[in-house]
Amino acid sequence: MARKDELGRWGEVVAGDFLVANGYEVLDRGWRCRHGEIDIVARLASAIAFVEVKTRRTGRYGHPLEAITPSKLARLRVLAGEWCRANRVTAAAIRIDAIGIIGDGIAIGSLEHRTAVIG
Amino acid sequence: MTIGRTRSVALSGLSGHLVDIEADIASGLPALVIIGLPDASLGEAKDRVRSAIANSGLVMPPTRVTVNLSPASLPKQGSGFDLAIALAILAGSRDVPTESVASCVHLGELALDGRLRPVAGVLPAVVAARDAGASRIMVPAGNRAEAELVPGIEVIPVSSLAHAVRFHGVDITVHDVDVIEPPREPEPEPTQRDLSDIVGQPDIISALIAAAAGGHHMFMLGPPGAGKTMIAERLVDILPDLTPEESLEVTSISSLARVAHTSRLATRPPFVAPHHTATAVAIVGGGSGIIRPGAVSRASRGVLFLDEAPEFASTVLDSLRQPLESGDIVIHRANTSARFPANVQLVLAANPCPCGNAGVDDATCLCTPDRRRRYLARLSGPILDRIDLHLPVSRVRRAQLFDTTLPRVTTAEARERVANARARAADRWGFTRPDPLELRSGRFRLKPTAVRSLDAALDRGALTMRGYDRVIRIAWTLADCDGSDTPIADHVGRALYLRQGVPV
Repeated sequence: MARKDELGRWGEVVAGDFLVANGYEVLDRGWRCRHGEIDIVARLASAIAFVEVKTRRTGRYGHPLEAITPSKLARLRVLAGEWCRANRVTAAAIRIDAIGIIGDGIAIGSLEHRTAVIG
Repeated sequence: MTIGRTRSVALSGLSGHLVDIEADIASGLPALVIIGLPDASLGEAKDRVRSAIANSGLVMPPTRVTVNLSPASLPKQGSGFDLAIALAILAGSRDVPTESVASCVHLGELALDGRLRPVAGVLPAVVAARDAGASRIMVPAGNRAEAELVPGIEVIPVSSLAHAVRFHGVDITVHDVDVIEPPREPEPEPTQRDLSDIVGQPDIISALIAAAAGGHHMFMLGPPGAGKTMIAERLVDILPDLTPEESLEVTSISSLARVAHTSRLATRPPFVAPHHTATAVAIVGGGSGIIRPGAVSRASRGVLFLDEAPEFASTVLDSLRQPLESGDIVIHRANTSARFPANVQLVLAANPCPCGNAGVDDATCLCTPDRRRRYLARLSGPILDRIDLHLPVSRVRRAQLFDTTLPRVTTAEARERVANARARAADRWGFTRPDPLELRSGRFRLKPTAVRSLDAALDRGALTMRGYDRVIRIAWTLADCDGSDTPIADHVGRALYLRQGVPV
């Protein structure tokens, strides 16, 4: 596994722990279909959050969240629908979240959770 | 949700409006959105601001930032808002004290490395900020001299964004940077010309002094080489210095038109001589997006000289009619309008025919009568009717050139005579000139014996009513130049000749 992929895996684990610590129930991780991959699906009360996780070693080349482009968000939206259909889940509210992590694979430099980043 | 605020200035024409700039640092993915009718160069501010902040050792908030320029309905152009946008964002993220930023007006374009670039129109912008009650304004260091021309407001020149942030009370390292200076125009060479260069044409000299004294428009008709351009240039030399108010207006226009680096107030009236291929927009001003002043505004409070006047497109000449009448020009575009001053003294010059030889002794005109007629007919009646002094200019003969008995008037002498004549008119009329009716029948009515020749011309139909009024005005100017209290028959006769002297 490439070094950057390792870092990404690590970031997703960190993000999952963060969500659990904040009262979320993690429903799914790394769910794939032909449209792509959802990093984390988590539920808090009646809302389901589809979470994109971005991890970078430093903020020198921009904040990790800056790497989430509009086209990536559009894809997440499609994926959210696909996941609900595949898992026969109906939720009162679904939303797209983003978590940006700066860390080196061992220690967390910073972690930011932005909720409902589209519409 | 936090908000940072500051102010900047949007110019439309010479008048500026304070613009409130607010930056909302919201939750969300990193994005910078600018709203409030920005044009393309202002929309690009987001990329300049982002880079400038990062390269100044500061942090662009990694969230959704919405910058609003208010009033949102006022179209805003140009790059002068960069500094204000950057500081509003930094104040919103609480990296810079909010009160300090909010209490200051900011102008300036950011370079990607965080330095400040000078912008056009600083002088009118600073004036507008002061008039709107702002107490201090931050400008690019390169515009310092220009901004400091305006009294009554504290000017804070800064060379970079880091420098600006430090001024607002943040402990940040400011690296010494090279101040970005505006492009410098070479200093104008001190003029060598003098009125005494004009030899052998005493009539022209006295007409020129009358034109300067009374602010009368002038039309010169003469063959090539008779010295029409030379005469026009010397008209501006004998005009009095600008008053402080006029000086600010002239300097503001040149700041806006970016015709020169403005570091001191203009003291002499401008002289603008556009080429005859100029378009209407070049003359009256215009342009899409940013409306720029045209030649008629750049020449405001000075002389607009149109050489080879019949070669100008007739639409261009006719577009001058309204500004000549009202002294200003309002340019309308779909989404905005701008008012510029257009208080010019117009000087037209024309050859008598396309070949230039008509009416010249010892030369043969090769033009057909029809061509000749068409040539001068391009100068439309309405525009010539607004011109008071019609001067025939002829070539100087050798005898005149070496005739030492002819008086020579220097620029200094002429300027003094002009100043005296103007003082006399101001004493009599105060600040407002009397309207034609008052001149014709009010307390300034001339003696019937004085206006006999004029009445005769009106009866013959050789003169319009407007022409009649103009002649009386010229007569008053001539009397002022001679130092007499009221025009006598001789002044009226000379005035009539000056108005009607050129058969067109």
